[in-house]
Amino acid sequence: MSMTFNDETFRDDFTFRNSPAGIRRYPFPFHEDRYMYAVNIEPHLPGAAGTAYEHLIDVDEHYVAEMRDRALVLKEDPQRCQALPHMMAAQWDVLELLMTEKAAGYPDLFTLERNGDRWHWINRPLGIDDTFTFGDRSTLPYEPMEYIFRQAQGDFCIVDQRDDNLWMDAGIVTTQADWSLDFDIGMNFMEWHAPVPLAHQMGVFDRALKFLLNVQQGRPTRRLNWTMTVNARLDTSPENYHKWGPDKLTVTPENIGEKMHLRCELQSFWRLPRSNAILFPIRCYLIKFAEIATIPKWACRMHRVLQTIPDELADYKGFSRNRQLAIDYFAPFDHGQPTTPGTSPE
Amino acid sequence: MTSTGTSAINTEMHVRVADITPVAAAIKRFTLVRTDGEPLPVFAPGAHVVVSMVDGGRLRRNPYSLMSSPTDTSKYEISVLRVDQSRGGSAFLHEQLQVGDALTISQPLNLFPIDNWGRRHLLVAGGVGITPFLPMMETMNAEGRPFELYYSIRSRPHGAYWSWLADRYGSRVKLAVDDEGDRVDYRALLINQPLGTHLYVCGPRPMLDHVLSVARGLGWPDENIHFELFLAPPPGVPFTVSLAKSQLEIAVEEHQSLLEAIEAAGVDAPYLCRGGACGQCETVVVHADGELLHNDHFLTDDEKTSGTKIMPCVSRFVGAGLTLDL
Repeated sequence: MSMTFNDETFRDDFTFRNSPAGIRRYPFPFHEDRYMYAVNIEPHLPGAAGTAYEHLIDVDEHYVAEMRDRALVLKEDPQRCQALPHMMAAQWDVLELLMTEKAAGYPDLFTLERNGDRWHWINRPLGIDDTFTFGDRSTLPYEPMEYIFRQAQGDFCIVDQRDDNLWMDAGIVTTQADWSLDFDIGMNFMEWHAPVPLAHQMGVFDRALKFLLNVQQGRPTRRLNWTMTVNARLDTSPENYHKWGPDKLTVTPENIGEKMHLRCELQSFWRLPRSNAILFPIRCYLIKFAEIATIPKWACRMHRVLQTIPDELADYKGFSRNRQLAIDYFAPFDHGQPTTPGTSPE
Repeated sequence: MTSTGTSAINTEMHVRVADITPVAAAIKRFTLVRTDGEPLPVFAPGAHVVVSMVDGGRLRRNPYSLMSSPTDTSKYEISVLRVDQSRGGSAFLHEQLQVGDALTISQPLNLFPIDNWGRRHLLVAGGVGITPFLPMMETMNAEGRPFELYYSIRSRPHGAYWSWLADRYGSRVKLAVDDEGDRVDYRALLINQPLGTHLYVCGPRPMLDHVLSVARGLGWPDENIHFELFLAPPPGVPFTVSLAKSQLEIAVEEHQSLLEAIEAAGVDAPYLCRGGACGQCETVVVHADGELLHNDHFLTDDEKTSGTKIMPCVSRFVGAGLTLDL
C-alpha cells in the first residue's frame, strides 16, 4: 500500500498529528485576510495532486485511526447512526457512491467488483473482504449505510427532498462541531439551521436551500466551513459536552500551539440517483496551531482573520474565550505585508 | 459482466439510437445507449433528460421523461409524441432520426419525484404524460407501495402502453378511453381518497389544470400534489433583446425561444428543464418597454406582474425594447 497510516488517538492522550505532507495538503479555509459568511459553494471537481481535493472522496493518513475512533463512539452511543425507514434506497445509493469513488481514487487500497447484483468489496487498510448482494440488506453485517460509513472518514447526512425543502432523515455523526443527529433527525433545512446567527437575516439560507434543491446528478458541489477545537477530539458532540467543554479552560500561552486546532469541514453535496435524496458528507480536518505556524502565509493570515471575525460568530463557533490568546499566538508571524491571494501554502 | 462502476462525475453523455419503435398512432419509443459502452447512470423514477439534437443546422434541446427501468443501466428509453405544430424537436425525432444516429443527453434530472414519505400514491396520466409513471409504478410495485393509475387516452390506437400496463398491474390500472365515452370523474375520485394520499398528475395542460383545480378546491394540501408539465416554447412575433452584461443585441425568431437565441449568440445562460418548470433560467429584467409574455409555471403571479423577472426558456416579449441582466 502506498499510503502510510498514522497510529494515533483522538481522545485521552491525543496523539493525533499531521505529517509535513499532511500539513501542506490541509484544506486551509481562508482565501483572504478577513472573514465573513458567504454561500461559498463551488463545483466539487477533482483538484491538484497533493491536496485534499485530489479525489472527490478523500482518504488520508488519518483514515485507520479515524475509523477506530468512530467504532468507539458507535459502541458507546448507537444513536449516532440512524435512518428513517423511507431512506433505504438512499442507503444503497450511498454505499454505491462511496465504494465507487474510493475504488476509482485509490485502486491500491480499495477494490470493487460488480457482477450484476453480486458485489465484491475489498478494503485493504481495514482488512475487509466481503461479497454481498446489492439491494439485499441481509447479506451485509450492518445496514448498507452503516456498513460503508464505518469505512469512510467524516460525517454524512442523507437529506430527503420533499415539499421544496430538505429533510435530515438519515446519517452518521461522530466527528461533529457540536451538533446532534439524534436531535436534528427529521428536521427540515430551516429548522436545523435555526441556531446560526447573522446568516438568516442575510438571506443566506434561502439562497443556499434554493441552490441545494437544484443539485444535479453527476455535478456535486462543495463548500468549506470551519471552527476551533481544543485538543484533537473528533467527537465534540452536545451529548459529550461535559467531556470536552471544560477543555476550553485549559488553554495557556504556553500550550496553545499544541492544544488549539483549526477544525475545517469540507462539505460536499451529491444528488443520489435512486432516491433523489442528497448526500451531504461533512469531512472534518484538524490541524494544530503549531502545525499552521510552519506555513508562514497561513500563520500571518490567521492573525488577521481572527481579528475580523464578528463577536456573534466567535460565540457561535465556541472560541470567544480563547480568541485573544489565539490572536497573540499568531501575532509574531504577521509581517505587515499583503499576503498572496488564495489558500495555497506556497 | 464485471465492472467497477463509474465515477459520479458525469455531465453530458453521448448516446446512439439503438432502436425506434412505434407504440401508438403518433408516439414512438426511442432506445438510447452510450456510444462509449459505459453504463448509464441509475435514475430516480420521474426523472427526465434533456436531449440535444441538431435539426437543420439549429441546436434543439428538449426534455423527455425517462420511461425505462430505473436500474437498467444498459439503455434509456423515451417516448415522444409527434406534435402537430412541432417547432422541430418532435418532428425531427419522428421523421429524421434513424437507428444508429448520435445524440447528446443530459444527466437525469428529477422534478417529479415520488414522495418517499408517502403511504399511498394516486397517479393521473393523460396521453403521452404516461411516460414518467412507468418507472414510478415499477419501483412502487417492487417496494410494495400502494398505488393506482388513472390513465386517459384519446382512443385505443392513440394510447401507448395501456394494454401492457393492464396486464402487468391489473386492477390498479383504470383506463378511460375518450372516444368510447369514458370520462374520469376527478371530483368523485379525489374526494374519496384516504388522508395522506399523494396525487401525481402528468398530461395535457387542460387536463392538468382541471385535476389540480379540483384537488385544491377539495382542500388537498399542496405538499400532497405533484405534477409535471413541460411546455414547448410557443412561437410568437420576432423581437430583439439587449443583453446588458454581454453588451449584445440579439434577434429572437418566430420559432425560436428566447433561451435558444441567447445560446445561439454564444452567451452561456443557465438552464435545466427548458420547459418553464424548474426556475433555473430565471433572469432579471433590467428594462422592458412593452409586454412580457410569461408562459412558465414557475414565477408567482406577483412576480409575473412585477415585470422584473422572466424565464427565457418559454417566455417571450412584445414591444419596443427589452434589456436582460445577462
